[in-house]
Formats: sequence, structure tokens, C-alpha cells
Amino acid sequence: MSNDPRTDKIEEATLHAYVDGQLSPKERARVEAWLAEHPEDGARVREWRHQNAALEALFATSEAERRVAGMARPQTGAPGRPLWGGAMRLAAALVLVAIGIGGGWLTRGIMAPDRGAVAEILVNEAMNAHLIYTPEVLHPVEVAASNEDHLISWLSKRLGASLVAPDLSADGFSLIGGRLLPADDGPAAQFMYENEAGSRLTVYVRVGTPGTLAAFRFETRGDVGGVYWQDERLRYAVIGSLPRAELSSIATEIYRQMI
Amino acid sequence: MASFHQQLQDSLPDLWRYAFALTRDRVRADDLVQDCAERALRKRALWLPGRPLKPWLMKMLLNILRNDHARAAGRTMVAFEDELAEARPLIDTEGRLELAATMRALERLPREQREALLLVTVGGLDYGDAAEALGIPAGTLMSRLSRARARLRKWREEGQQPSVRSIS
Repeated sequence: MSNDPRTDKIEEATLHAYVDGQLSPKERARVEAWLAEHPEDGARVREWRHQNAALEALFATSEAERRVAGMARPQTGAPGRPLWGGAMRLAAALVLVAIGIGGGWLTRGIMAPDRGAVAEILVNEAMNAHLIYTPEVLHPVEVAASNEDHLISWLSKRLGASLVAPDLSADGFSLIGGRLLPADDGPAAQFMYENEAGSRLTVYVRVGTPGTLAAFRFETRGDVGGVYWQDERLRYAVIGSLPRAELSSIATEIYRQMI
Repeated sequence: MASFHQQLQDSLPDLWRYAFALTRDRVRADDLVQDCAERALRKRALWLPGRPLKPWLMKMLLNILRNDHARAAGRTMVAFEDELAEARPLIDTEGRLELAATMRALERLPREQREALLLVTVGGLDYGDAAEALGIPAGTLMSRLSRARARLRKWREEGQQPSVRSIS
């Protein structure tokens, strides 16, 4: 490798990084030496800088700073427009943070009684669906993963919520497909996954009651375990014959992807 | 690494700029940033300390925006020129025309290219973080960036020839 800046080719990606201020001083110097010898790249870089300046002028930081002033400091009672929609909403958000979704399991006692019943129903539905469909050899799913786009748009349409099939490849599970199921008062979706050892995992999703957030719960039935939770719009369950720690980490991963 | 709250606070202006650049609607940008901040507070336990918060926030913002997309289909857009007059009253006429042309050019870009270009410029993320926030490989980000900039350049050059396309 030579180190002559006039002959070492500078890739286009490096020119972009130069314009966007993402190079070290040493790399910058190398690009500048190159540009001095290559006027056509110089013209490109000038044009891109011009574009960046126009964007900066159109979407000015000074205006943005005014608009967001006070937004993340609700406790100080920011004057002007009540951006936070009232202290109650924030209080609710902070209580959830305090409960610490990642820090521990929300026990039944913290939940309102009717919410406990809701969880019970979800547990039953998701467990039953898991136990019925995972042993299937010929028809484990209605729509296979090879047709994932169709699967997602179909289930999203039926549930009236935009779903995604979580990517669990980091945990060694790949999507087999999914199906539509009847829940107690509406449709539910089941996604099925399989690892290399042939062990199957299901993710059960249905529309929840708005405003009834619930943090993770864990349940077992025989050697099958499940983790359940509800976010703003949907209730989820992850079911599989896996140790609790592993299921929890998969549930957290799904939750993360659903942000 | 700064605290969660400090990082959230520090990210708000760029989040707002990105939201505004994508929607060109100030009130909607306010709502988006607020939703995003609330969601971040609720999901705080999922944030891994030691990792930068801003890419995570940008990703959330994009998700909120995409989920809102269908609902916002009937939304009225404010005319560019009104927006520009409000934003930059001190810019001379020529400069304003140029900015209006840039705004129109942004609108003409395919959505993916617009999101990528604005995320690294207006959103202020480095390439690695931007690729992660958009959920695409680094190479894809670079090719979107490259195509977006090439198009903007081409359109600007065409715009400078009145016989081809008038900017007035």
C-alpha cells in the first residue's frame, strides 16, 4: 500500500464522510490532498457542502431549540403551551419507568384485579395456540415465512394494527410463518419460529385495551414457559420450551424491536 | 456517557429538526417529538446505558411517523413559500428562491433517500448510528446518500437553465 495521497484512490463514501464531518484530522488531510489534484471530485464536494448549507438554513437549529424548550423538563412546569398534555400523563410514564420493566417482574399484586383477569385470558389463549400448532408437522402455519410481506400485511389488516414479525435470528430462531386466530373478543396473530435444534417458539399478538400497560409476567405450564406484556396498543405473549432467562431475553428483544 | 435525561434533552433540537424536515409541519413536529420523548421515558428500561440515546430516539421517531402515515394522509401542507418566509425572514430573494428549490427537490426524492440524507445532515447522526436507526446496512445508507446528493445536484443544475425548468 502506498501512502501517496495523489495516487491512493479516495472512495466516494470517504468524500461523503468528509463533507459530513465524520473524518479524523489525518483522513481529512488526505482527502484535501486528493481534492487538490482532482477537480471533478472537488466540484462534487463543493456542491454537497452547498446542499448541506441549504438544509441547515431550511431547518435551523435555533428555531428547533425554541420549539423544544421545556419539553423534557415537565417537572419544572414549563410556561407556555402545555406540551406534555398534563402532569398525569407524565406521572403515568414515570411510574412505569420506576417499576422498571427491565429490572424485575411486575407481580400480580401491583396490577388491578381486572387486569389480572385480562392477563389470565391472554395466557390461556397464547398457551393453547402454542400447544395446538407447534407439534404440527404438515401445517404449522397458514402463511409461510417465504411469503412474509403478505403474512404481515394480512395479519396487520385483520388486527387493525401495523405488525412486524420480530427478528429473532440473534437468538437462533428463524420465522416459519404465522396464522390468524380467534381470541376471546377479536382476532389474534401467531408467529412461529424454529431454531436449528427444531425447538419451536410462538409469538402471540392481539389488540389490547388502550391505557392498560402491563410489564412482563412469566408463567409456566409443564415444561412450556410464557412471557406476557402489553404496550400502548397490543398485547404480546412469547411461548416456548425454554428456560426463563432465555425466554425473558427473547421477550426483551421483541419489546425492543416493537419500539 | 451523559445521563438518560441529559441525552434526551440534548437530542430534542435535532429530533425536532428531523421531524420538521420530514413533515414540513411545525405543529406536527412538536407532536412527534413529544410522543417520542414520552415513549422514551416509558421504555427507558430498554435503553442500554453506555450506548448513545439519540439513534434510538431517531428510530422511534421514524416508527411513530410511519405508523401515523395513514392517518395523516389527508393533512394539508403549508405552501413552501409561506413556510420559508416564516422561517427565514432575513434571507434575500435569491437565497429564498434557492431554498424553495431545495425544499421542492427534497419532496421529489424517494422517501428512503430523503430519510437517509436528512438523518445524517439535519439529524446529525454519524453513519453507523444512522444506518442502525434506519434499520439498514451501512452500504445501503451510503448508496442512498450518494443517490440523494446526485439527484439534488442534477435538479439544481437543470434549474439553472431557465429553458429547461423555471424556478420562479
